Amino acid sequence: MSFLDLKNVTKIYPNGTKAVHETSLSVDEGEFMVFVGPSGCGKSTLLRMVAGLEDITEGDINLDGKLINEVDPSERDVAMVFQNYALYPHMNVYNNLAYGLKNRGIDKETIEQKVNDAAKLLQISDYLQRKPSMLSGGQRQRVAMGRAIVRNPKIFLFDEPLSNLDAKLRIQMRLEIKKLQQKVGVTSIFVTHDQVEAMTLADRLAVINNGIIEQLGTPIEIYDNPKSLFVAGFIGSPQMNFLDGNIKNKTLSAEGFEIKDIDSDFEGEVKLGIRPEHLSQSENSLINLKVDLVEQLGSDNLVYGQLKDKKDFCYRCPGNLTIEKGADLSLNIENNKYYIFDKSTGKRVN
Amino acid sequence: MKIKPLQIIAHIILILGVLLMVVPIWISFASSSHDSVTILTEGMKFHLGDQLARNYNEVLNEKGGWSEEVTAAKMFINSFIMALGIATLKVVISAMSAYALVYYRFKLAVPIFWLIFITLLVPLEVRIFPSYKIVSDLGLTNSYTGLILPLVASATATFFFRQFYKTIPDELLESAKLDGANAWSFFIDFLVPLSKTMIAAMFIFMFVYGYSQYLWPLIMTTAEEYWTVVMGMKIIYTESYEGVALPRTAERFAYIILSMIPPVLVVVFLQKWFIKGLIQTEK
Ligand SMILES: Nc1ncnc2c1ncn2[C@@H]1O[C@H](COP(=O)(O)OP(=O)(O)OP(=O)(O)O)[C@@H](O)[C@H]1O
Ligand SMILES: [Mg+2]
Repeated sequence: MSFLDLKNVTKIYPNGTKAVHETSLSVDEGEFMVFVGPSGCGKSTLLRMVAGLEDITEGDINLDGKLINEVDPSERDVAMVFQNYALYPHMNVYNNLAYGLKNRGIDKETIEQKVNDAAKLLQISDYLQRKPSMLSGGQRQRVAMGRAIVRNPKIFLFDEPLSNLDAKLRIQMRLEIKKLQQKVGVTSIFVTHDQVEAMTLADRLAVINNGIIEQLGTPIEIYDNPKSLFVAGFIGSPQMNFLDGNIKNKTLSAEGFEIKDIDSDFEGEVKLGIRPEHLSQSENSLINLKVDLVEQLGSDNLVYGQLKDKKDFCYRCPGNLTIEKGADLSLNIENNKYYIFDKSTGKRVN
Repeated sequence: MKIKPLQIIAHIILILGVLLMVVPIWISFASSSHDSVTILTEGMKFHLGDQLARNYNEVLNEKGGWSEEVTAAKMFINSFIMALGIATLKVVISAMSAYALVYYRFKLAVPIFWLIFITLLVPLEVRIFPSYKIVSDLGLTNSYTGLILPLVASATATFFFRQFYKTIPDELLESAKLDGANAWSFFIDFLVPLSKTMIAAMFIFMFVYGYSQYLWPLIMTTAEEYWTVVMGMKIIYTESYEGVALPRTAERFAYIILSMIPPVLVVVFLQKWFIKGLIQTEK
């Protein structure tokens, strides 16, 4: 059994909302697991069940070899960082960190030692005497992390802890969280709806949709090999392009072009997915794109335009190519990197 | 800085308000420094007289009542104990019951809250006979317990605490739980310090409420040693003059001035928090 083990966990709220459906998941010791998915998909609910803040309607959760379904949150030895930090407003930073230790009856010197160590690690030693209201967003964030670290819990739980920070700070804290986690080596679950955050932080990623884990794997596995239409559309930025098509006798026909000898026995209506970065300009092209707009990011250009059938389409090319608005591009798919999904079920078929 | 007409009007209104409050107190104080006959014959005074020390000494030390045993000082102490007991217990009980109502999501929380709230419609004066019956059956007449106990349940304070607790974000409770806090330590370590301005404000309101009780101590106490300030005001300091009971007006004014001191002290000590509690929600 792995360190954290969820078996057929289901959550139905008292009002009847089914937020999590029979989810099973294992997290290894020291692993950084990220839950990613759109708003309302049940990420927080799943996390809060691990923390003990929500009852588990059905299923089992084991932590460190012990069934914790009925264990009170205060006894679970888990630490959580909340979106709004939930610092204790009436206590100074020192006491914010020390409170959890005091409750465990740890002696004063040890507490002081631990708090100072954690404060040093997070570079908040200078603010120990301040109240949270006298700190900036980033500093509060660190205090919240410090409060989790100082107790040396079995598992860290993060519920969108970076979403209240501005873009630059978010990237910086993201890096720090990752470094910190590697240094401290604590098993962590991180919830986010930001796929970049998810990709950069995760050892493994669980893409959740409508209370179901759609796909579980390393960020690269999921990027390279999305198993469903939803995952393909959710992971990757800019988003994957989707075109309607039809397969007959191993030939996929889409609006304006055909792909022969595809690697699938599926027949019928499909969605063809092509990532913007898996395209290149060439003579014998598949796709003709009329350019509407070019976003120059420096290293890359994002080219937005329309296909013949007025469908929006995006192409990502190296930043050194100059592309004019209104140009007609002929594009080809590199290395046959395209994804075919059953239109009715959303399942990958190639 | 230019002074706007609106500001002038506002200040005039405020000054009038202040005068309206202060002038009667001043008249009482000035009148308490004359002798009773002057007051009775000439009416109340605006200027100080020469009987100040005598009157106050008289009030504090003279033994009055039928038994000629109770002094004003004793009555101040009684009222102070009663008000302190009522205020303390009211605050403690309502903070705790609000805690239960907000944080223990049992099924009957809402009906129970309304039940508590409805008691606002039944003040002590309305239920005074049943209350008296209960207290006297318990043998609590002529005791501090009897004076205090029937007045300690407070729907108002429960309501205010409940509203305040509801504004405290759930995450605070949740992260406290994960930090190992139990129900009791959450109350003591979080709700009490977070609501201390609220507690100070409630304490003042309830202290004044307790201090100014009249009807209840009047029926509750037959022994003079339990008399309270407000009762004393009516009962003592009458003088027989040619067979007619005449009020000793000057002493009464002195008594009024003295009786204001305990609540004023409470307000002075707690005002810093009290004002904060009224104008800001510290979170
Ligand atoms: N206390 C509750 N009672 C009833 N339904 C709830 C409750 N909390 C959440 N839900 C519902 O459960 C579903 C999952 O909610 P959850 O908070 O887990 O979403 P989330 O993935 O964390 O979304 P977000 O990214 O917006 O935080 C949603 O449909 C939500 O409306
Ligand atoms: Mg959430």
